[in-house]
Amino acid sequence: MLEIRGLRVDYGLGDQAVRAVHDVDLTLHRGEVLGLAGESGSGKSTLAYGLTRLLPPPGVVAGGQVLHHRTDGPPVDVLALTPAQLRAYRWAETSIVFQGAMNSLNPVHKVSTQLHDVIRAHEPDSTRAGRRARARDLLRLVGISADRLDSYPHQLSGGMRQRVMIAMALALEPQVVIMDEPTTALDVVMQRQILGQLAELRRKLGFAVLFITHDLSLLVEFSDRIAIMYGGRIVEEAPAAQLYGRALHPYTDGLLHSFPALHGPRRELTGIPGSPPDLRAMPTGCAFHPRCPRAFAPCAGELPPLGPPADDDPRRAVACWLHPAGATAPGRPIPTAEPTDHP
Amino acid sequence: MRFLLQRTAFYLFTAWAAITLNFLIPRLVPGDPVQSLISRNQGRISADAIASLRVLFGLDRDQNMWEQYVDYWRQILHGDLGLSFTFFPTPVSTVIGDSLPWTVGLVGVTTVVSFLLGTALGVGAGWRRGSWVDALLPATTFLSSIPYFWLGLVAIAVFTGPGSFFPSSGGYEPGLVPAFDQYFVPSAVRHSVLPAATILVSSMSGWILSMRNMMVTVSSEDYITVAHAKGLSERRVALGYAARNALLPNVSGFALSLGFIVGGTLLVEIVFSYPGLGYQLFQAVGYKDYPLMQGIFLIITVSVLVANLLADVAYLLLDPRTRKS
Repeated sequence: MLEIRGLRVDYGLGDQAVRAVHDVDLTLHRGEVLGLAGESGSGKSTLAYGLTRLLPPPGVVAGGQVLHHRTDGPPVDVLALTPAQLRAYRWAETSIVFQGAMNSLNPVHKVSTQLHDVIRAHEPDSTRAGRRARARDLLRLVGISADRLDSYPHQLSGGMRQRVMIAMALALEPQVVIMDEPTTALDVVMQRQILGQLAELRRKLGFAVLFITHDLSLLVEFSDRIAIMYGGRIVEEAPAAQLYGRALHPYTDGLLHSFPALHGPRRELTGIPGSPPDLRAMPTGCAFHPRCPRAFAPCAGELPPLGPPADDDPRRAVACWLHPAGATAPGRPIPTAEPTDHP
Repeated sequence: MRFLLQRTAFYLFTAWAAITLNFLIPRLVPGDPVQSLISRNQGRISADAIASLRVLFGLDRDQNMWEQYVDYWRQILHGDLGLSFTFFPTPVSTVIGDSLPWTVGLVGVTTVVSFLLGTALGVGAGWRRGSWVDALLPATTFLSSIPYFWLGLVAIAVFTGPGSFFPSSGGYEPGLVPAFDQYFVPSAVRHSVLPAATILVSSMSGWILSMRNMMVTVSSEDYITVAHAKGLSERRVALGYAARNALLPNVSGFALSLGFIVGGTLLVEIVFSYPGLGYQLFQAVGYKDYPLMQGIFLIITVSVLVANLLADVAYLLLDPRTRKS
């Protein structure tokens, strides 16, 4: 569906440039939920902004490809689209639900205006009445009564605003929805509600989701596959249940022990010592080795490649010297994982 | 709606307070209008004339403060602002009525034009921040820090003189009768070019700067990123999202500047001897023409209040967050 190949994102140009995303390869399959987790500054949001070409300056996509495979016709490279093509591509094929529900809606326009203008921008032939009916249906889809159409954003609660954003993201029935910490600003009860609704909508409409969050416990429940980012690289990628059951990378393990699970047995919580790496002065070798409790000889010297570990399920991949690559050549391609049906 | 009524009530109260002060201040000043007329004519007024002047100014009746106050209000409500000393015996309302169109015509038009132009340029500069347009910004900062009147003096020194197209003073060719005909209108326009350009150059820069900075601030808001992500056209994002939101502070600034049209550009009118209200006020101060000053102050007060009310209404219309449901 969406195939990211060797994506590199820099902040700044020339000698001053700081690389926030290093040669990331990631594939989002049709209809699946792919979780992307990591600490603040791990590059997960930068990756999302980079692949949609929404990076604010001084962010620059330094290289790579983002291939969007369509059901009809050849794949397109999002990074090579002309501005007009890009405008047509955006939202119609890949829509985004952003972090700040509070600030994602323009405060001076009615909800209906903001729903209408996206439909009108992509379907100039649509009629006013048609757009209004669509907007009505969209709100109903996310469980908001249609008379809220004429409300202004400040008249809605935080949860309602985020649901309006989700409705807006689904307005053009895109194949891919990117969610960048969509529930971070909401309380836990509202988070559950919205995620439940989202899972249901996904079953109904069949779009794929790239779900970005620092809350790994949320991903374990909600996603099919999970990729973990550290220091601008993917360090582990595995089906959600496997990752939760047995994390291979010590960083993933640390993340899993940093959150209380909402369900399941009680576990002891531990944090990860140290702080995220400075992008201007990345550690040599594995970026995690200064904080890694299990670091050993090769870690500081050489960068471990991301690949399926020799002694494990071929659907997983990890970049760690504890689990060196197996028979398959290090690096890509990763065997595809079947989307599992999650409640 | 309730909010609007509250504001209106507040402004009515302020207007009452201002008018009452306007009534009190001259009465606290020693002397009376007749005395100052006598001193202006250096005693060459006969006793009979003085007596009739006292009748004319209503000083013969022995009224207490309260009766005077009631009378004052009655006069104001009838549009009677008393008689001017300078143009004695022309009523103040006539003097103001003659000079107000000049001020509104010159300063009013330039204020509106400078707001529209400055805001449009500011939108452009803010949207294309980081481009060559930014190199022009120091020039606008420089221009906005120059006082009007100094720029006016420079303009007079550079552009006027014997044989020049631009006249250095006045509102129209002496000898013409104000009327909408082919002699008067071109002359009036020609006289207004330099003062208008002066005001435009120095006031527009402020609008450009503030609009540009608001655009830059608003451009980093999340909803602008969302608008881009929605695939809206560049134009729609720039105008419907960024400029629409960045405009809010500028609009209230504009409404306030409308209030200062009447009194704010006094110095330009003085420099160009332009027959507007500011020039009239300047002369009134010179001749100690209290009734005229009072009348002009009243007009200034009322226009500032009306402009404030306009600003409130504009904000109410433009920003839904200020409307209480």
